[in-house]
Amino acid sequence: MTLEQITFIILALIGLTSALMLIIQKNPVYSVLLLILHFFALAGFYLLLNAQFIAVLQILVYAGAIMVLFVFVIMLLNLSNEEALKDPFNLRKIIASIFGVVLILQFGVFFFIKAKDDLNVTISPNSIEAGSIKKISEVLFSTYLIPFEVTSFILLVGIIAAIVLAKRKFE
Amino acid sequence: MEQQTFLNILPILIVSTTTIATIFVEAFYKRSDNLIYWLSIVSLILTLIYSILTINVQNLNFSNTLHSGGITNLFYFVLSLTSLLVIISARDYLLRAKYHHGEFYILIFSSLLGMMLMASSRDLILTFLGLELMSLSFYVLAGYNRKVLFNNEASLKYFLLGAFASGFLLYGIALIYGSAQTTNILLIVNEFNNLLLKPLFVLGLVLLLIGFSFKVASVPFHMWVPDVYEGSPTVVSALMSTAGKTAAFAALIISFYGSTTSQVNFEIVAKIISYLAIASMLIGSITAIAQTNLKRMLAYSSIAHAGYMLIGIASANKLGMSGVIFYLIVYSFMNVASFILISLMENDFEKRISLNDFIGLANTHPWYAAIMALMMFALSGLPPFGGFFGKYYVFLAAIKADLTYLAVIGVISSVISAYFYLRVVVYMYFRTNEERKDIFHTSADNFVLVLCTLFVLQLGITPNLVLDLITRFLP
Amino acid sequence: MIPDYLAEFFGNKFIGYLIAAALPLFLWILPYALYAVYAERKVSAFMQDRIGPNRVGPKGLFQTIADILKLIQKEDIVPASADKPLFVMAPYVIFAGTFAAFAALPFSSIYIGSNINLGVFYIMAVSSFSVVGILMAGWAGNNKYSLYGAMRSVAQIVSYEVPALLAIVSAVMVIGSLNLNEISEMQTAYFWNWWIFGGPVVGIKKFLLIIPMTIAFIIFFIASLAEVNRTPFDIPEAESELVAGFHTEYTGMKFAMFFLAEYGNMFVVSAISVSIFFGGWQSPFGYLGNSLGISWLIPVEQVFWFLFKGSLLVLVQMWLRWTLPRLRVDQLMTVCWKYLTPYAFINLVLIGIITLF
Repeated sequence: MTLEQITFIILALIGLTSALMLIIQKNPVYSVLLLILHFFALAGFYLLLNAQFIAVLQILVYAGAIMVLFVFVIMLLNLSNEEALKDPFNLRKIIASIFGVVLILQFGVFFFIKAKDDLNVTISPNSIEAGSIKKISEVLFSTYLIPFEVTSFILLVGIIAAIVLAKRKFE
Repeated sequence: MEQQTFLNILPILIVSTTTIATIFVEAFYKRSDNLIYWLSIVSLILTLIYSILTINVQNLNFSNTLHSGGITNLFYFVLSLTSLLVIISARDYLLRAKYHHGEFYILIFSSLLGMMLMASSRDLILTFLGLELMSLSFYVLAGYNRKVLFNNEASLKYFLLGAFASGFLLYGIALIYGSAQTTNILLIVNEFNNLLLKPLFVLGLVLLLIGFSFKVASVPFHMWVPDVYEGSPTVVSALMSTAGKTAAFAALIISFYGSTTSQVNFEIVAKIISYLAIASMLIGSITAIAQTNLKRMLAYSSIAHAGYMLIGIASANKLGMSGVIFYLIVYSFMNVASFILISLMENDFEKRISLNDFIGLANTHPWYAAIMALMMFALSGLPPFGGFFGKYYVFLAAIKADLTYLAVIGVISSVISAYFYLRVVVYMYFRTNEERKDIFHTSADNFVLVLCTLFVLQLGITPNLVLDLITRFLP
Repeated sequence: MIPDYLAEFFGNKFIGYLIAAALPLFLWILPYALYAVYAERKVSAFMQDRIGPNRVGPKGLFQTIADILKLIQKEDIVPASADKPLFVMAPYVIFAGTFAAFAALPFSSIYIGSNINLGVFYIMAVSSFSVVGILMAGWAGNNKYSLYGAMRSVAQIVSYEVPALLAIVSAVMVIGSLNLNEISEMQTAYFWNWWIFGGPVVGIKKFLLIIPMTIAFIIFFIASLAEVNRTPFDIPEAESELVAGFHTEYTGMKFAMFFLAEYGNMFVVSAISVSIFFGGWQSPFGYLGNSLGISWLIPVEQVFWFLFKGSLLVLVQMWLRWTLPRLRVDQLMTVCWKYLTPYAFINLVLIGIITLF
C-alpha cells in the first residue's frame, strides 16, 4: 500500500464514522462538531485529488465560517431536549426505512457491480496544475464567466432575502 | 468578447441591471415604491420588445454556455410577459395588504433573471445556478408578508423541500459530469447514445429528472405545491405556478432535446417520464375534486397540468416539444388570470378564497364571473380556447410516438378535471347568495385580465401561428 | 532545504519531515511564548510606571518558567457540570489551529514547513479553525461567562476575517503569488524593495503603490488584532465583564495551553505581515554572510531577521494593548463592517487600477 492509499483509508474512516455519529448523536452540539470533522475529512480527500485550492476553501468556508454559525445558532437555541422531539415508531417510519434500505442496496449494487468500470479513474498528472489557484481563476474568468457572475447574484439575493425576512421594521 | 455578445444577451443584461438599479433606488430614494414599480414595468417592456426583435439572430455566447435568439428569446418573451402581468396587478394587491415595498420587485426580478438563465443555458452548471437563483427568490417571495403566519409556513416548507430537490439535481449533474467529462449540454447530447451505456450517466440523468420534477411540480415530488401555493401571497403563487413552471420545463426541454433525433435510444428515460406523467395527471385531477379552497384547487390542477406537459417530453419528438412550449404559453395566461381573479376576492390576506365565496358572482360582477368561467373552461381543455390546443398537440405527439396509453389516460384525467373546473362555474352562475361581496377591482387588474383573456382566446382561435413560430425555432 | 536534509539524514522521508515539522514548536514557539509573556508583563509595567516581575532570576527573567512550573503542579480541574470530552479537547484544538499555521511560515530561505502554493490562504484557513476550539471551550465550561466570551470571540473572528482577507488579497494582486516563501524571495536586497514600500517594482508604479500598500497593511494589522483577541478587541476575555472569557473554567496546563495558543497566534499574524509587507526573512541592509564570504551564515541571518521583525510586531501589539481602551461590542462590529471592510474594498479597487498600468 502506498502512503496515498493509507491516507485515503484513514480519511474515509474518519469521514464515515463522523457522518454516522453525527446522525446517531443526540446532542446537537456534538453533531455539529462532528460535521466539522467530516468536512475536514472531505478537505483531505480534495488534497488527495490534487485540488489544494478547493481543500483550503472547504476548510475556510465550511469548517471555518458556515459551521461556526451553525454552532452559534445551536448554542443560542439551546436545543438540549431532543428526546422530546422524537416521533413514536409508526407505519410511516417503517415504510420509509424499507425504502431507505432498498435505496442504499440499489446504490451499493449500482456502484460496486454495475458502474465498476466507470469508477476506475486514474488521476492524471496534469491535475496538480489543474487544481492550482491560477488555473482555476483562468477557467473561472473565461469559460465559466457567466456562472461566476450568476453566483454573485445568488449571494446578493441571499442578502436581500435576509433583509426581507429579518429586518425589524419596514417603514 | 465583442460587442455582439453583449447585444445577444441584452435581455439578461436589462433584467440584471434593473435588479441592481432597483436596489440602489430602494437604498437612496425615500418614496421609492412607485418609481420602482414603473421602472420595472419599463424594463420588462424593453425586454419584451428586444427579445421579439432579435428572435431571428441565433447565437451561442460565452464559450457555448449561453444561447440567445430563437427559442430562447421566445422563452424570454413568455417569462417576462408573465412577470409583467404579475407585477402590474401585484401593486394593488400589496397595497391592500399594506405590504408594498421595493424588495418585492427586486425579488421578482432576481427570480426572473434565474428563470431566463435556465431557459437560455446550455451548460448544466449554469442551469443549476439559474434554478437556485429562481428558487431562492421564490422561497423569500413565498414568505414575503412575514406578518402572516401562513406565509412563513409556506416559505419554510418550500425552502426545506426545495433545498432537498436542489441536492438531487446537483448530485445528478455531478454524476453526469463524472461520466461525460463535461457539463455542456450540447456536447452531452452529441454523445447521448454512448453515454446511455454508462450506468453512472443513467443514474445522473434520473437524479436530474427528479430535481426538475420537483420544480415542475409533478407527482411524486408534488407535496410542497398545495401548501406553498395556498400559503404564499396570491400574486406570488401566480408567478410561481406559471413562470416557475415554464422555466423548469424550458430547462427540461433543453436537457432532453437530444431525444428528438431518431437515433437516440431514449426509451428508459421516456418510460420514467411517462410514469411521472400518469401519476401527476391522475393524482392531481382526483385530489383537486376534494378541494374547496380555490388556491389549493389550482395547485392540484397545476400538478395535473405538469403531467400533461410531461407527456410531450416523454413522447420525445418535435411535435411533443413544441406542444409543451405551446401548452406552457397558454397555461401561463390561464393561470395568471385565475390567480389574479382570486386575489381580487381577498379583502385581507388569505381570506375569502373558498368556493362558497364565489357563489352568485355572476349576479354581482358579471364580467369577472365571465372571465373566471372562461379561464375555467380553458383550463379544463374545452375547445375553442387555448387550453384545448395545448392538450391536443401533446396528446397527438404521444400517439405519434406510440404512447397511445398516455393520451388515453390524459383524456380520462381531463374528463375528471372538468368536474372541479366546471364546479366553479356552477357556483358562480347557478347558485345565489343574498349577501353582496365587493371585489377590489382596479384598472390595472382589469387591464391584465383583459389581456390574458385576449391571449387565451387568440391562442384558441389561431393556434397555428404560435405553433409555427415555435417549430421554426426548435432546431 | 532542511526537511529534505533531515529526510536524507534519517533515510526516511516520513520521519525526516515529521521532525522538520516539529522544529518550530520546540525551537521557537515554546521559548518565544515564555518570553513573550515576560515581555508583556514588562511592557505593561513600563506603561504603568511599575517595575514588573523582578524576583525570579536577574530582572525577573525566569518568572514565566516559574509560572509554568507552578501551572504543571496545579490540579487539573474539570467542573462537575462541564461537558467533559469537549472540555478536555478544546485547548488542544485551539493550539492545533495555531500550530498548523506555522507549517507555511518561511523562517528562512532554507526552512519552511510546507512550501505550498496557497501559503497565506492556507494560514488564514487553519487559523480560523481555532474558532471551533474557542466555541468548544466556551460551551463545555457550562458557565455563562465562558459562553458569552466564546460567542463574542466567534462573532469577532468571523467578521474580521473579511477585511483581513481583503487586505491580503489586495496585496497579493500586486505580488502575484500566495506562497510566502516566494513572496519573501521577491523582496530581496534592501528594505525599499519591501512590498510596503512598493516592492521590487520599477518606475512610477512603485511610488503609487506605497500608499495603498500601507493602507492594506494597516487594515490587515487592525483586523489581525481582532482575530487574535488582543486589545482593543479583547472583549471575548474582557476581565472586567466576563471574568476570563472562554477560558474562565480552565486550570493548570490546559490554561497554559490557551496562553500558548494566544501568543502563538500573535506571532503568526505578525509573521504574515512581515512576510507580505516587510520583506519576510530578507535582511533590510544586505547580509553579513555575503560580505564576510561565509555562506552558512546567510540562512542564520535570515532566521534572525524573520524572528526579529516578527517579534517587533508582537511588541507593537503589546504596546497597543496597554495603551488603548477596550471597544464595546457594537463599536467592534461598526469598525469592521462600516469602516474596515469598505476601506479594504476601495483599496482593492485602487490597487487593481494601479496594477493595470
